[in-house]
Amino acid sequence: MKRFSWFNATSLTLGFAFLYLPMIILVVYSFNASKLVTVWAGFSTKWYGELLQNEAFLDAAWVTIRVAVFSSTIATILGTMAAYILVRGGRFMGRTLFSGMIYAPLVMPEVITGLSLLLLFIGIGLDRGVFTIVLAHATFSMCYVSVVVSSRLVSFDKSLEEAALDLGCTAWQAFRLVTLPIIAPAVISGWLLAFTLSLDDLVIASFTSGPSSTTLPIKIFSAVRLGVSPEINALSTIMIGIVTIGVVSFSIMSKRNAVRREREERAAIHAT
Amino acid sequence: MMGAGLFLSVIFSGDVMASVAANQVFAPWNDPKETPLIEFRGVTKRFGDFTAIDDLSINIYEKEFFALLGPSGCGKTTMMRMLAGFETPTEGEIILAGQDIAPVPPNKRAVNMMFQSYALFPHLSIEDNIAFGLKREGMPKNDIADRVAEMLRLTRLEKFARRKPHQISGGQKQRVALARSLAKAPKLLLLDEPLGALDKKLRQDTQFELMDIQEKTGTTFVIVTHDQEEAMTVASRVAVMDHGKLMQVATPDRLYENPENVYVADFIGDVNLIEGTARKTGEGSYEINWCERTPPLKSTSDTVLSSGQGCTIAIRPEKVSISSEKPEEADNAVQGKIIDIAYLGNLSTYHVKLANGQMVKAQTANTRRISRRSFTWDDDVWLSWTATAGVLLKG
Repeated sequence: MKRFSWFNATSLTLGFAFLYLPMIILVVYSFNASKLVTVWAGFSTKWYGELLQNEAFLDAAWVTIRVAVFSSTIATILGTMAAYILVRGGRFMGRTLFSGMIYAPLVMPEVITGLSLLLLFIGIGLDRGVFTIVLAHATFSMCYVSVVVSSRLVSFDKSLEEAALDLGCTAWQAFRLVTLPIIAPAVISGWLLAFTLSLDDLVIASFTSGPSSTTLPIKIFSAVRLGVSPEINALSTIMIGIVTIGVVSFSIMSKRNAVRREREERAAIHAT
Repeated sequence: MMGAGLFLSVIFSGDVMASVAANQVFAPWNDPKETPLIEFRGVTKRFGDFTAIDDLSINIYEKEFFALLGPSGCGKTTMMRMLAGFETPTEGEIILAGQDIAPVPPNKRAVNMMFQSYALFPHLSIEDNIAFGLKREGMPKNDIADRVAEMLRLTRLEKFARRKPHQISGGQKQRVALARSLAKAPKLLLLDEPLGALDKKLRQDTQFELMDIQEKTGTTFVIVTHDQEEAMTVASRVAVMDHGKLMQVATPDRLYENPENVYVADFIGDVNLIEGTARKTGEGSYEINWCERTPPLKSTSDTVLSSGQGCTIAIRPEKVSISSEKPEEADNAVQGKIIDIAYLGNLSTYHVKLANGQMVKAQTANTRRISRRSFTWDDDVWLSWTATAGVLLKG
């Protein structure tokens, strides 16, 4: 498998270039001293400094983070509940219909989700703002959480819950003390997924946001329409950085846990 | 494989018979004054169209080690799950210590279960696993610590108290599961194939350990297993089940020596089954016509048969003697040819084909180390057994 071949090397390079070249260009130009995006005029970090002075961007960033935290938390609670019932609830009337319906929003065009939510909020007279974005994001990201959590629940040994009941737990205690701690990694990944989905959503947010509640993607999108400024590049670079650090540290952590666990299991077998 | 199973079952049934003889006192099922701890009264369980348990009645007494034995799908696991509270009977009632337990949820029953997969909580240490049930009871902290220490001592797990379940071996996991289910001192402990995941050597050691712990704690154990050796070794009484019906409930030695029907005779150990028609010759003695042009077989029987009734003689291979000459004073002697010889070390089993095509197995103990084997393939031999060696069964 380690044999070098020109075909493999070329396809690998092309693939990664396709994925990452645009981002690399963006990062490089964020350190450009020139105000003109396409002309390189030497290295500078001044756009990062200016970014910190820009109230509008900072406000938008704050809104975005609040929306992401609240909506992903709500989505995680609802999604986990939905997954639990669909996997564990046994056969009830319309179970297949429900499990089909929970996945439907995954393939639904965002424009339609956004539009229908907008109509709903207008219909019930809800003023658009942070609250409506949170509701909208929770709605579409809870299906993702539910997919992640239910795939974990399917492989979950049901006798663990029965053992908890057998040892005196009520159904709720069994869930809280046994099921939840065991599926926690899946719940956390679900939360992270919902968080990132909310962080970079533009379409649904633009349908459901109000004048006082602009999220960062909306802000960037509208700023770019007036021309790409190096500030935007700097902002995007920061966002790429945050996401990269998050993903890398999460995967290192889970890799380490897996390695440690494997070592301990091997030790347990040899000990006897 | 068949041969190895046979040889072990003979060894084990011998052991069990000895232990039963030594503790003749413990037989509450023979005492009409005893009230059973568990009573199944006409219990039926259906899943849709499928009947898992069919009108089953059974009594289990305090301090018994009771085994439910049968092939997979015979309903033994369903019975256990009904005792634990995970299933409710469709008809009939289950009485535990004088109380109908149907409306009692699993978490309120004085019954604990040891799961086949052990179901140890992977996120808790061994001691927290054992303490889990005690904490739910609201037992004071000091008492919990004492009880956990006691359980760790009982199962020899003191060294592993702070480890997580994935840090211990399969045999240790099995002991943790046992300790956890015993910690609440249940009236009844259910064991679902408790040794299924262990390898053969460890399984045999663990069987004796289980019996030991059962005796020490005085808890009533109900074990579900498909392994007849295991059931015969550990249990005071064994219930043989098939297709949701009870075939026989008896002590291991009675199951082996006095099976009540062909199913039990065939299921427990190795057996020769010869079909024929009975003719009464005296009080409890019969002649069985089984083949034209051969003399009838003589057999005594406790079951009353009418003349002309169809019946089956069940004879264990170790009760059939093999010889080259026709034995003088045998009650029954038949001639045949050796087709196969299974050499098992301590025993040899001869598969002999009789004139009418019937196969009969005869077993001899190899008591001398260096001896020329008297018989070989294709030899014509005589098989003989006494009138009391076999069991006469209807049908």
